[in-house]
Amino acid sequence: MIDVRLGATLRSMAGGRQSFPVEAGTVRQVLERLQGAYPELSPVLDQGVAVAIDGRIYRNSMLQPVPDGAEVYLMPRVAGG
Amino acid sequence: MELEFTTRTTFDKVGTRPPRPDGTDKVTGRALYGADLAGADMLVGKVLRSPHAHARILAIDTSRAEALTGVKAVVTRDDFPHIGPEGTVKGEVEESVWDVARNVMARDKALYEGHAVAAVAATSTAVARQALKLIDITWQVLPHVTDVDEAMRSDAPLVHEDMITAGMDPVPEEPSNIAEYRKVEMGDIEAGFAAADVIAEQSFRTEAAHQGYIEPHACVASASEDGLAELWCCTQGHFSVRDMCANILGMDLASLRVTSSEIGGGFGGKTTVFLEPVALLLSRKSGRPVKMTMSRDEVFRASGPTSSTSITARIGATRDGRITACDATLRYQGGAFPGSPVGIGAVCGMAPYDCPNVVLHCYDVVVNRPKAAAYRAPGAPMAAFAIESLLDDIARKLDIDPVELRLKNAVKEGSSSVYGPTFGPIGFEECLETARDHPSLEAVPGPNQARGIAAGFWPNFGGQTSVTVNVNTDGTVLVSLGTPDIGGSRASMCLMAAEELQIPYERVKAIIADTSALGHNDTTGGSRVTHSAGLATIEASRKVIDIMKRRAAATWDIDVDAVVWDQGCVRPSGANAGDHEPLTFDAIAAMASATGGPIAGHAEINAEGAGASFAVHVCDLEVDPETGRVTILRYLAVQDAGKAIHPDYVEGQYQGGVTQGIGWALNEEYIYGSDGVLQNPGFLDYRIPVASDLPMIDTVIVEVPNPGHPYGVRGVGETPIVPPLAAVANAVSRAIGRRMTETPMSPPRILAAIDGTS
Repeated sequence: MIDVRLGATLRSMAGGRQSFPVEAGTVRQVLERLQGAYPELSPVLDQGVAVAIDGRIYRNSMLQPVPDGAEVYLMPRVAGG
Repeated sequence: MELEFTTRTTFDKVGTRPPRPDGTDKVTGRALYGADLAGADMLVGKVLRSPHAHARILAIDTSRAEALTGVKAVVTRDDFPHIGPEGTVKGEVEESVWDVARNVMARDKALYEGHAVAAVAATSTAVARQALKLIDITWQVLPHVTDVDEAMRSDAPLVHEDMITAGMDPVPEEPSNIAEYRKVEMGDIEAGFAAADVIAEQSFRTEAAHQGYIEPHACVASASEDGLAELWCCTQGHFSVRDMCANILGMDLASLRVTSSEIGGGFGGKTTVFLEPVALLLSRKSGRPVKMTMSRDEVFRASGPTSSTSITARIGATRDGRITACDATLRYQGGAFPGSPVGIGAVCGMAPYDCPNVVLHCYDVVVNRPKAAAYRAPGAPMAAFAIESLLDDIARKLDIDPVELRLKNAVKEGSSSVYGPTFGPIGFEECLETARDHPSLEAVPGPNQARGIAAGFWPNFGGQTSVTVNVNTDGTVLVSLGTPDIGGSRASMCLMAAEELQIPYERVKAIIADTSALGHNDTTGGSRVTHSAGLATIEASRKVIDIMKRRAAATWDIDVDAVVWDQGCVRPSGANAGDHEPLTFDAIAAMASATGGPIAGHAEINAEGAGASFAVHVCDLEVDPETGRVTILRYLAVQDAGKAIHPDYVEGQYQGGVTQGIGWALNEEYIYGSDGVLQNPGFLDYRIPVASDLPMIDTVIVEVPNPGHPYGVRGVGETPIVPPLAAVANAVSRAIGRRMTETPMSPPRILAAIDGTS
């Protein structure tokens, strides 16, 4: 089980709830299963998100494995100058 | 799939300071920038820009311009393919194509003074300028707003009549200039302030600052009758230019080839398109190549500065200096289109500190100004200006050394970041301790002098990167990169390839290849290239080594497992490998043809694992109480680079960021008249620092390796501009005994603060 949490900048987009448990083994599965199980996350997921796994931020890596019990945060994708 | 590695700590070439490969061409004037390119029968393109801050375009009559001898094409909004806000996007596009398309050429309204409304291609600059005067536009001038606070008022003129604020609950029924509201929240803010013994609170404002690159935007476009086109331009991301132009003009990605020129500075401002789609359209319509170059005036009026901001913030702390709570309301204008960097800016401001209770209200606001573009650590310097100023006020109230206050609250490995994830290895404490112990802090400020301390943060990121490492038969190596070199990346990639291949640095060259030569590369920005292109260069170099090992093993007729790579040679290894003379890199390269053909390594990756970057700055300055003039006496920039591949370039990034930050703090601002017209679109009235304004900026490179990179690299380009606004403000405030809350801290503003009239 992965306890997916919303980064602080996304929480207000999903009604304030912070924790979204899913069974998943990759980033793609995490996002797909969040989309199915939690319709309130659509505004967050539709804009495109980065996924932080145990502190390392993956900007767009759908095939990245997600270890069971990992710390997982959804975050906005960062751009820069 | 990620490259498997263990982060190295000892190096042979990496960390040395060889001459920069682009240096000779740049100092001799041989380097080709965007405006240096030319084609046969080339036309000159010029843009007609709105004289009004906000006006409806009722009609455009180009007939007189088109009739002028020498005019070969005129384009307006009617020449662009129709795309709407919900259009399909091809390629890798980070911005709204609809917004960028409308920024490139106004549609129903001119949204700011300088907004493009038509363009011509003519046989000379003089004819093109004359033709612009012959374009007749019927305007309906509308009320305008350029100030972020005024734009948020319910009675403000609407930049977009149909814009409903996103992120509000309930959804507003009326349109406004607030594009989006975001709330960042963690902990219990009321409990946090209840636990505080001391609270600092202020309102702050920062004016828009331009990236100030010395080279204006320029491009040459050549479209042919078969639908193909080529574009040469100065940009931070030619793949992104290709994708955005293709989307705006309805082209296939394969039909447009983009080559990036040398670049005379970008700093985020060359991450989008302005002239390029217009030049392509003019070329398509005229059937001839078209060159377009912005004047400095146009650069200021029409290419993005960063946001101006209005921030109200409050921080609470215990008597012993522990931060208990922070709440802030941040209002950033993004110019005439949504997309200001308020969200990332807000979290960057508090990211250095372990604060359990935080609420940040973030407002993205539109005004009648040019569309804001990224500028080094977009959004972060303004938020840091507020947060770091309040921390300095708390340090003074508690009589705690400002570095010690920050050390008490510094995030470290295992700390929860304000944006959520737990930090891995980071170097903020090391930066603070290095600054605290630096000899420059032994200087004692004299009369009217003071010291300001501030910290900064940028998260960094990776992104898509494609690199080819070609081995020539003489043993030299050519690294093809797709990330324009804006900060020394060619030298850094050569060093990393030389390190991996164990050959001399001088044997490796690097070029920036065009969009037809490599897979997609994300734009050079966000301090991503040394990390991402470095990962790809290392991976491609390791593939070269694998190929060379196979070639040598086959030559010796032994298994590849029986050879090793050692000191730039393949050697037999193990009891059954046989007795063979080692084959050198050059020898294997020379026999490439006979052993299977050219030797090349490729890496096409989506780089992840970027390491967060922290900095601590110390500014000593003197304020002239008679004139309000500020003289920077000493400046120290300490920053964690993870591992400095080429320390000269890293130090240059630190010094460049500091210089730009000092300019923003003291002098730079967009000044608008009551008519919404920019009053200072030139370097005479928009004052950026020059060498004689500053002392030698002292730098210290801290190296806490990033475990997400084989050499420990962290991006370094963004963070150096984050602390200076606050470092300067804290020093000025201590020097004059009054808190400075607005940038620029120009002499009149400082005198007003001294007089108590601000």
